[in-house]
Amino acid sequence: MTDTTITAEILAFVKGRFPQAEFSAADDIFSIGYVNSLFAMELVMFIEKAFAITIPNDELRIDNFRTAAAMTDLVTRQRSAVLVG
Amino acid sequence: MTNQLLARLPASPVLDRATANAFVDEHIVPFAGAWDLAGAVPEGLLARIADAGLWAPFLAPELGGAGMDMVTLGEIHEEVGRGCSSVRSLLTVHTMLSWALSRFGSPDQVQQWGPALAAGQQLGAFCLSETGAGSDAAAITTTATPAGAGWVLNGVKKWITGGQLADLFLVFAQGPHSMVALLVPRSTPGVQVRPIEDMLGTRASMLAEIAFTDVELGRGALIGPSGFASGMVLAGVLDVGRYSVAAGSVGIIQACLDASASYSSHRVVGGSPLRDLALIQAKVSDMVTDVRAARMLCAEAGRLKDAGDPGTIMATWIAKYFASTAAARHATEAVQIHGANGCSPHYPVARYYRDAKVMEIIEGSNEIQRITIAGEAYREQAR
Repeated sequence: MTDTTITAEILAFVKGRFPQAEFSAADDIFSIGYVNSLFAMELVMFIEKAFAITIPNDELRIDNFRTAAAMTDLVTRQRSAVLVG
Repeated sequence: MTNQLLARLPASPVLDRATANAFVDEHIVPFAGAWDLAGAVPEGLLARIADAGLWAPFLAPELGGAGMDMVTLGEIHEEVGRGCSSVRSLLTVHTMLSWALSRFGSPDQVQQWGPALAAGQQLGAFCLSETGAGSDAAAITTTATPAGAGWVLNGVKKWITGGQLADLFLVFAQGPHSMVALLVPRSTPGVQVRPIEDMLGTRASMLAEIAFTDVELGRGALIGPSGFASGMVLAGVLDVGRYSVAAGSVGIIQACLDASASYSSHRVVGGSPLRDLALIQAKVSDMVTDVRAARMLCAEAGRLKDAGDPGTIMATWIAKYFASTAAARHATEAVQIHGANGCSPHYPVARYYRDAKVMEIIEGSNEIQRITIAGEAYREQAR
């Protein structure tokens, strides 16, 4: 799975939750004002399920979820950690 | 190992709906009315629940849990809710804290508390609500101030289910920059428990107000990273609690159905049993239909949880809204079928009626649920 594919899946999920908003991979999804802790929980669950990873506590930082690009980096990092581990 | 040897070994206890059903019929149903009147559950019951492995069976086997899936956990909470909503409420808050620990706890926290929570040697409670904050979690005024390597906690939490019994509290407070979630042992100096009594429903759920006055906690009290993650701890814990309440509400509907079918079969009016009357049949048929529908909604939410699917959060809102409103509706009808007897303490339906009302308020009031569910509908429409 390429970074482009990962980003596209993440963007599709976010757009599905906020269809009225427009996002690019670099846009801060927390700046639109709709995001709350419920969505944050959904986002974490989506990423873990879609990309078969477990996000450790020390990665549960807002900067890792601020943009689709940052989430893609997180996914790639965790998938690499699984392969190395 | 030979078959003969195998046959001599005791069978591993299977924990599922059937065993929970039998446990509830033996240890809870006959006594729930008395506990309701007394406003308390006996300590012996807590030990029996522990012996049956019912406190936190979803925890991992290495912690002493059974690694139970969420669908089965929901079925067990339904069965307990069928017998007594107060006891189910105690399971709910213990489940909420135990789930938070297993999902967000550090390895040290999990090792420190997990085995005792799984065994029911330590009971947990969830501390969010305050006099001026319930559904509006952002309005909480309890503060957690960094001090040295740890925290100092100040504030008063209200309506804390199991607060009179709990050994460990999961407390949400305002930290320096955002909400934080802290594990607070009851034995910590500055923790004061004040029982709340004579509530309308779930009267034996051992409610308390918990005051925290200059409670000093170590760095290890924080569960999950602060800030972004603390909101997720709260959202996740409330989701699990909502799931348990939904399941418990299904149990109330089943209890209303059982009581109504039995009573209307025996109660004779004008020479015929009540069950011969079409209007009574209509009430019972609605109970049959709704209990199945509510059970299926809970099962769907549980399946999505087991699959790690984010759709479980909305599925749980819907299950809880449907099951709690149906429970309140059918408890009203169950009392109606029982007539004056239904208003007396000699029949369980009065208790179901009072308990069902509580289900419409806790873990997200009906009004909040409707706003959230409608929001989902508008999102779907906009796609």
